[in-house]
Amino acid sequence: MLEIKNLHANVDGREILKGLDLTVPTGEVHAIMGPNGSGKSTLANVLAGKEDYEVTEGSVTFKGEDLLAMDATERAVAGVFLAFQYPMEIPGVATMTFLRSAVNAVRKARGEEELSTPDFLRVVKEKAKGLKIDVDMLRRPLNVGFSGGEKKRNEILQMALLEPSLCVLDETDSGLDIDAVRIVADGVNALRSPERSMLVITHYQRLLNYIVPDRVHVLSAGRVARSGGPELALELEKSGYAEYGEASAA
Amino acid sequence: MPAVQETVERVKQIDVDKYKYGFFTDIESVMAPKGLNEEVVRFISAKKGEPDWLRDWRLEAFRRWQTMQEPKWANVQYPKINFQELYYYSAPKSTEGPKSLAEVDPELLKTYEKLGIPLKEQEVLAGVQGAPKVAVDAVFDSVSVVTTFKEELAKAGVIFCSISEAVKNHPELVKKYLGSVVPITDNFFATLNSAVFSDGSFVYVPEGVRCPMELSTYFRINAEKTGQFERTLIIADKGAYVSYLEGCTAPMRDENQLHAAVVELVALEDAEIKYSTVQNWYPGDAEGKGGVYNFVTKRGDCRGHRSKISWTQVETGSAITWKYPSCILRGNGSRGEFYSIAISNGYQQVDSGTKMIHLGRDTSSRIISKGIAAGYSNNTYRGLVSAHRKATNARNFTCCDSLLIGDKCGAHTVPYIEAKNASATFEHEATTSKISDDQLFYCLSRGLSEEEAVALIVNGFVRDVLQQLPMEFMAETQKLIGISLEGSVG
Repeated sequence: MLEIKNLHANVDGREILKGLDLTVPTGEVHAIMGPNGSGKSTLANVLAGKEDYEVTEGSVTFKGEDLLAMDATERAVAGVFLAFQYPMEIPGVATMTFLRSAVNAVRKARGEEELSTPDFLRVVKEKAKGLKIDVDMLRRPLNVGFSGGEKKRNEILQMALLEPSLCVLDETDSGLDIDAVRIVADGVNALRSPERSMLVITHYQRLLNYIVPDRVHVLSAGRVARSGGPELALELEKSGYAEYGEASAA
Repeated sequence: MPAVQETVERVKQIDVDKYKYGFFTDIESVMAPKGLNEEVVRFISAKKGEPDWLRDWRLEAFRRWQTMQEPKWANVQYPKINFQELYYYSAPKSTEGPKSLAEVDPELLKTYEKLGIPLKEQEVLAGVQGAPKVAVDAVFDSVSVVTTFKEELAKAGVIFCSISEAVKNHPELVKKYLGSVVPITDNFFATLNSAVFSDGSFVYVPEGVRCPMELSTYFRINAEKTGQFERTLIIADKGAYVSYLEGCTAPMRDENQLHAAVVELVALEDAEIKYSTVQNWYPGDAEGKGGVYNFVTKRGDCRGHRSKISWTQVETGSAITWKYPSCILRGNGSRGEFYSIAISNGYQQVDSGTKMIHLGRDTSSRIISKGIAAGYSNNTYRGLVSAHRKATNARNFTCCDSLLIGDKCGAHTVPYIEAKNASATFEHEATTSKISDDQLFYCLSRGLSEEEAVALIVNGFVRDVLQQLPMEFMAETQKLIGISLEGSVG
C-alpha cells in the first residue's frame, strides 16, 4: 500500500525528516510514536501533500504510484485521507454541505455518479449514528464552535464517507477525554478492513489500547529509530521517550 | 486608456455613413448621430412619441447636466469619458449580433454551460439574431406562459410594463412619481439618465395587493436590449407588496461600455418592496481591457408610515461598479435593508454601498455587506447612515465584512455616520479576513479542487446575504460566485 524510502523533508528551510523508511502493507494498521519534534506531524502533512512541506530527497509509493507527483486533491481522490490534529473551521459552510461537496468531488473524480440528496442524507445519518454524532451538529458551520471531541468525530465521519485506502490519523486522541477516545477508536476500528491500511500517529500509548496496531514504529529526529509489535508501545509507556531524544526535541 | 479607445473603435466599426440621413428622416433610422445636445434629446423623445411634459423634463435634465461635473470621490480609476463620442439612441438592430452560437465567444458559452443554462436561452443571452422568440418557446414553454403571467397580473391589478408603455397608458402615475425619488438634479449620471433614458420597467401595485408572483423570470425575457440608460420605476401603494428581481446570473453580451441606470422605488403606507439584483456584465479581459462601466443610481423612498424597502444585490460583473442602493426612511416606523455581495476579480473595481437616511420616528435599517476581492481588484464599501433631528429612536445595524483572496487585491471600508438626534442607536461592525492556506489545504485534502474550495469558502462567507435572495436564484448565484472567482488562486 505505502512504501516510503529515504524521505527527507524541510519546513521553512529546516530539515525535519531525515531519511525516513517505512512500509505499510495493505490491510495493516501501523502506529507511529515518538517524542515532540521527531517529525510525526510532518510525515502526516507530507503524505497529504501540504505545499509548505518540501520533499528534498527520497520517494513515496502509494499503490504502486509516485505519491509525491500528485497534488493534494489528486491524493485525496486516489484514496489518501488525513484526519487532522487541528481540523479547520469554515464559517458559514454547514458541515453537511462540506461533507456532500467532498463526497461528490471524490466520486466525480473517480468517475462515479454524484450522490443524490436523499441518498447522501441516508448514508451520512447512518455513519453519523455509529460515531454518536447528532444530526444537529452537521447543520452547524464546519468545526465552528465544535468541542475537541466533536471535531475529531467529524474527522472520522469524513473518513468513513470518503472510504480511503490509506488513513493517516494525526494525533487524533489529543485533547480528548477517555470516553471520546473510545468513541473515536470504535469509529476507526469499524473502518479496519483487509483492503485498507492505517497510519496512526500518536504521542501516547493510550489510543493503542483501543486501536491495536499490527506494528509500532518509533520516530526520532526524523527517522524510524525502532520498529516492533504492539508490545513496543507498552514498553514506551513505561520507559518514556528519553532515549529517543525527547529532551533535545524542539 | 484602452477602455475608451475600445469604445471609440467599436463605434467606428459601425458604419456611420449608413445613417448619414441622420435623425430627421423617418426611415428605420438606427442611431442618432454621435454626441449629445438638445437636438438629440428632442430626437429621443420624439422617437418614443413622448408627451411634451416628458420632453421638457428631459431637456431640463440635459441643461442641468451641462453644468455638472463628473463625480471624482469614488475609489475607482478610469480614463476620462468623452460624452460627445457616444451614441445616445439606437433602436434594436436586426442585423447586429452573431448569426448562431457558433459565432459567439467560446468563453461565454463555457460560462453558460457551467451555469446550466439551456441552449435556447443561451442564444437569447448571447444576442443571437432571431433568437428571442424561439427562446421564449423553448424556455417558458410557448408564449402562452407569458400571456398567463400578464393575465394573472392584470387580474390582481398590477401594472407591469416598460416605462415607454407606462408613459402612454398610465401618464398620471408616471408624471406623479418619475423623478420623485431621484430628482433630475441628483447627480451627474442620474441627470444624464434623465435626459436620455432609453427604456426600463414600470411596476405599480395597487392598494392592498400582494403581487402574486416574483417579477423575475418574466423580466429575464424582457431584459434584452433595455439599453445603456435604463430607467425603472416601482410603486407599491398602501399595504401592497412586490418582489422584483433584476438581471440574470448569465453574462449578457453587451456592446455598451457605459451604463448609467436609475431605479426609483416608492413605498407608501405599510407597503413593502423587495428589490434584488444579480449583475454579471462583462468585467473586461484578464488584462483589464474593456468591460462595462456601471454607474447606477438606485434609491427607494419609504414614503408612507411603516413601509419597508429591501435591497439585495449580487455584484460580480462590470469593470467598474459605482452603485449605492439607498433608502430614505421618511415614514414613521419605516424600515430599510441592504444586503450586498460584491465580488471583484481580475482588474475589476467596485465602489458600492448604501445610504440609509433616517427622517421619520422609530425608523430602522440594517446593512449587511460582504465584499470579496481577488486578483488585482479593488473593492470598496462606502456607506452613509444618518439620522435627522426628528428621527427619534432611529436604529441602524451595519456589518461590513471583507474577504481577501491573494495579496494583490484591496478591500476598503468607508462608513459615514451622522446622528443629529441623541436617541439614535447606530451599530457598526467590520471585519477583514483572508482565506488561509490551512483552510484551503483542509478542503483539498478532502478531494475538492482549489476552485471548488474557494467557491465553498466564499459561499459560506456570503451566506447571510444569499439567504435574502429569491429561492430560485440561490443555487444559480452560488454557481456564479464560483465562476466569478475562477483563476483567483494558484
